Amino acid sequence: MISLAGRDILHSWAKFVFTGVGLGLLIGVTLTMAGVYRGMVDDAKVLLENSGADLWVVQKDTLGPYAEPSSLRDDIYRNLLGLPGVAAAANVTYLTMQVRKGNSDVRAMVVGITPGQPGEPGYLVAGRQLTRGHYEAVADVKTGFALGEVVRIRRHDYTVVGLTRRMVSSGGDPMLFIPLKDAQEAQFLKDNEAIRNDRARTAANPALNRPGVPGLLDAIQASQSSNHNVNTVLVRAAAGYAPETVAQEIRRWKHLQAYTRAQMEEILVAKLIATSARQIAMFLVILAIVSAAIVAFIIYTMTLGKIREIAVLKLIGTRSRTIAGMILQQALGLGLIGFAVGKVAATFWAPAFPKYVLLTPDDALRGFVAVMLICALASTLAIRAALRVDPATAIGG
Amino acid sequence: MNDDGIRIEGLRKRYGSGDTAVDALKDVNMRVAPGEVVGLVGPSGSGKSTLLKCLGAVIEPSAGRMTLGGETIYDDAWKTRDLRALRRDKIGFVFQAPYLIPFLDVTDNVALLPMLSGRPNAEARRRAVELLEALDVAHRARAQPSQLSGGEQQRVSIARALANQPPVILADEPTAPLDSERALGVMRILNQMASQYRTAIIVVTHDEKIIPTFKRIYHIRDGRTYEEAGEGRAL
Repeated sequence: MISLAGRDILHSWAKFVFTGVGLGLLIGVTLTMAGVYRGMVDDAKVLLENSGADLWVVQKDTLGPYAEPSSLRDDIYRNLLGLPGVAAAANVTYLTMQVRKGNSDVRAMVVGITPGQPGEPGYLVAGRQLTRGHYEAVADVKTGFALGEVVRIRRHDYTVVGLTRRMVSSGGDPMLFIPLKDAQEAQFLKDNEAIRNDRARTAANPALNRPGVPGLLDAIQASQSSNHNVNTVLVRAAAGYAPETVAQEIRRWKHLQAYTRAQMEEILVAKLIATSARQIAMFLVILAIVSAAIVAFIIYTMTLGKIREIAVLKLIGTRSRTIAGMILQQALGLGLIGFAVGKVAATFWAPAFPKYVLLTPDDALRGFVAVMLICALASTLAIRAALRVDPATAIGG
Repeated sequence: MNDDGIRIEGLRKRYGSGDTAVDALKDVNMRVAPGEVVGLVGPSGSGKSTLLKCLGAVIEPSAGRMTLGGETIYDDAWKTRDLRALRRDKIGFVFQAPYLIPFLDVTDNVALLPMLSGRPNAEARRRAVELLEALDVAHRARAQPSQLSGGEQQRVSIARALANQPPVILADEPTAPLDSERALGVMRILNQMASQYRTAIIVVTHDEKIIPTFKRIYHIRDGRTYEEAGEGRAL
């Protein structure tokens, strides 16, 4: 038996191809939306992986440092280094800000790190890691900075000495790594007028400027213009120690919150990007419905255009299932063309997105199955219309 | 094969019921021998289309008896549940417009019916080519229907009607859109095919050009048929 659907598609291939391309662009958008979600999850995993840490120690009762603010004194890492199972511990600060790039701004997450310790980028694509204690930076390539370029952060200039990749915040902002002391200063640095104003206020306060206590005012003013806080301490567990065991020790004895990589991944994926994920899921549902409606409309319209042929086919004895099969195959054919176009389109335009879009084979497979199911479902309307065609309409009168 | 042509006795068809009932066919009696072509002529609303639909097993008569090719298909009720198979195997249709399937080429338009009956594709296509040769359109075998002239399309539709070697062909105004020469050409082909394949053919027509070609004509008026001898003009 010849394939009626195949012959019809070949006969009006231009209509099918153009319709398939239109549908394909919609499917491409759907696949890209899924890719955006996968990209967010993958960014979170890569962020954790590239930090080189096994534990994230943060302020007690917080989900810091990414999902909630967290503030720790910067000498806590010394206490942690004394605990059994801690191989390395390093302070890290995070601050999202606008960084000057020539005449424009770049939104970046400025990360303060200690060179050679957990928290520095896992690998570089160009240049070197930070080696000096001040005024050097390693930038994610998405910031657009080049090696040797000078970055202005607050009042200081930093020279880009290295470039890394896939180091972005949960919001998708590329990271800029600078020395910890510089980052602490950048977080809390006030302008000169504000410092002068604060000093005058403190000096005018008799409680803080007692004549009989020499050095008190200087000490208070020094503490007001310096910052000894960090957002997290990243810990690398020693060989033979399970990160969870070390985390329990930290929680028990240091009264801090410590998260393992799995827990931090859970926070990032299930909490931080959960709203975005639901947003994307809603888009996916709407796009699926729109795709189904479009396929249903196209197949239905094409079927209505063949009512006379269908009546003749029924009159000359064609089985209903042959006619239904023809329409179903056409819907699936349209879905196949649409999926192929969508997959190619998504692959081509994904790198142009500002945030990482990860198109996985699993999602493609799921998308393919969903497209086929949607097309099959959408064809039922047209099949119903075709099966209701009275063969008598082929006979005049 | 094709032993008994068409026999219709006391066929009735009533639409609706009660006060609104309409008797479209009141008492139809017809006989068409194998190899014979008869005309069915009548004014609009006389019941021609209803009779054709009853004969074509697309609507159910209300009473009577119909025999096609020696097999009683209706005797106050359908004798088979599978009317689709009945239409496919026992009845060929030729329409006013050829209604060829636009996405199949000429050969496959004709071969489709044998394929639907379960014959192998090669055998069905062989049969199609034979018929196309007999109807002098074999040279257009690979053409699409849209590439054919009106006369060629009608010949292909006749080939399609003959593809399953049915005992009966029902032709609904097959010459209406054609000029005299082509209309007579179609009638010549129908007569040839009827003799060659021993097929009983009923031609429903208004066409004054072809009415003189019938040896027998059934007039239908107010749901009743009246037989009349035709001129039987040579084609």
